[in-house]
Amino acid sequence: MIGVEHYVVVSSILFVLGVLGIFLNRKNIIVILMAIELILLAVNLNLVAFSAFLGDLTGQIFAMFVLTVAAGEAAIGLAILVIYFRGRGTIAVDDVNRMKG
Amino acid sequence: MDFSTSLALIAPELVLSLSGLVLLLVAAWAGDRSARVVSVLACVALGAAFALCIPVVSGGLAGPDRIAFDGQFRADAFASLAKLMIYAASLAALILAPAFLERIRSMRAEYPVLVLFSAVGMSIMVSATDLLTLYIGLEMQSLAAYVLASFVRDNTRSAEAGLKYFVLGSLASGILLFGMSLTYGFTGSTAFDAIGVAVSGELNTGALFGLVFVLAGLAFKISAVPFHMWTPDVYEGAPTPVTAFFASAPKVAAIALLTRVLMEAFGGQVEAWRQIVVFLALASIVVGALGAIGQDNVKRLLAYSSINNVGFILIGVAVASTQGVSAMLVYLAIYVPMTIAGFVAVLMLRDGAGDPVERIADLSGLSRVRPAVAWCLMIVMFSLAGIPPMFGFWGKFVVFQAAVQADMVVLAAIGIAASVIGAFYYLKIVKVMFMDEPAGVIEPAGGQPGNASLGALLAICTLMISPFGFLATGWLGALADRAAASLLLLA
Repeated sequence: MIGVEHYVVVSSILFVLGVLGIFLNRKNIIVILMAIELILLAVNLNLVAFSAFLGDLTGQIFAMFVLTVAAGEAAIGLAILVIYFRGRGTIAVDDVNRMKG
Repeated sequence: MDFSTSLALIAPELVLSLSGLVLLLVAAWAGDRSARVVSVLACVALGAAFALCIPVVSGGLAGPDRIAFDGQFRADAFASLAKLMIYAASLAALILAPAFLERIRSMRAEYPVLVLFSAVGMSIMVSATDLLTLYIGLEMQSLAAYVLASFVRDNTRSAEAGLKYFVLGSLASGILLFGMSLTYGFTGSTAFDAIGVAVSGELNTGALFGLVFVLAGLAFKISAVPFHMWTPDVYEGAPTPVTAFFASAPKVAAIALLTRVLMEAFGGQVEAWRQIVVFLALASIVVGALGAIGQDNVKRLLAYSSINNVGFILIGVAVASTQGVSAMLVYLAIYVPMTIAGFVAVLMLRDGAGDPVERIADLSGLSRVRPAVAWCLMIVMFSLAGIPPMFGFWGKFVVFQAAVQADMVVLAAIGIAASVIGAFYYLKIVKVMFMDEPAGVIEPAGGQPGNASLGALLAICTLMISPFGFLATGWLGALADRAAASLLLLA
């Protein structure tokens, strides 16, 4: 029998993968955008699993909101990436260093 | 509670979002020629929203009458006081922008619209009493802010600032959301009061993890140490009017939001979060003060100074009493004009070619080249350092007073000791401006366009943080006390 704890474990693994994807990836900023999506989807899995487990619809509504906002966020991220690429001609993570830090 | 009552309660947000939508259409139709008109109309909308919030603050309104949409939203005195600061800071960002952006031919009609949408998001944040409303408000503010940071499209530093802000801001949102999903799962609700009831007995491990993740996500948004690394880069790269905006309005919104989450949803578990907030506060004060010492760029220095100030504000949150919340609000009310004045002064300095001056070394001898700006900047620096005749001292005083009265003497003592380190680099700037030989980089005051409005804004903000500010202590304290009481009414 698969209980809610299995879902929480899977979503936690996905969340950690997403966070590691942002920090360990040294190649491409597009990969960072994918890692951010992974984090948001981990959250959605959590919300939907809890919603089914609690018998409460709020979690599923929340998941719909997260999906919508994630779409907007991805659009803005890609737009910023495009103007960045126009200026610098590269989207490698190691080149994002005009300012120290 | 019927629908029309709910709509009446969100009147300031309605005014802002509707005018934002209309102005967006105007901007799309008329193009960048309409930038000035759209800016003025956006200022009018912000003024109207500001006026709508005043009666709520002065009346100290609170309680069940102020709850809209079945507990999703609360327009009480606490939220409205935060909204007044947010709208004032947004107004300043609109006034600052044209002179700076027009010179580099980047003044587009979308700028005021984005500031308006960001202001709507922030006012939803401070009024949110449900995790869902909180998330919507936060994202609305953040998405507009990412675009604002990279607003000067052909400048690589601006684009890089936008990119960094976007990546780390999205990560923060993700962490916050993960915390919210755990909180929802282990307490069974997304409403703050229901979460408060669920955690009032014992805090289970899942909800504790939720609390920690939510705190980490919000610490990112207020740039508290150890989640501050994006701040100096974004503040340096973003256009200066946008930096002034970032340093003021979103800070107020995120801190008010943090306070509401901690006091309402987790008000029964103060011991669980107090140690985290105390750590964030002390780490921010120390790292903010030490990090600022080696900086040679004024905007980076002001970024570290804002990290430092967030630490003092968090002390008020850590006290977790009416007095602590009131002290935090007073500090915020002083911090906003203080930080805006700092950025306006920087904006007014131009070199021979008309380019903005940002290096600290270039400020040397400013008192002889631009005496008025130098004196204002001196008042700002003394105020940021908390040196007594200036009003900035009062903010630190009330925060430490609240901490001492709550028996958190050690916290107050470490805070005061660390603020001495901070005084070093503020005083160094004053020394560079008043005692060094002029570097010959900054042009004397000329007839640059837009300087009149910048000068007026600088004069108003400086007057607020000068010793004259002490005339307002009683009035400000009473407003903050009533706002804090309205927050804790139901907790």
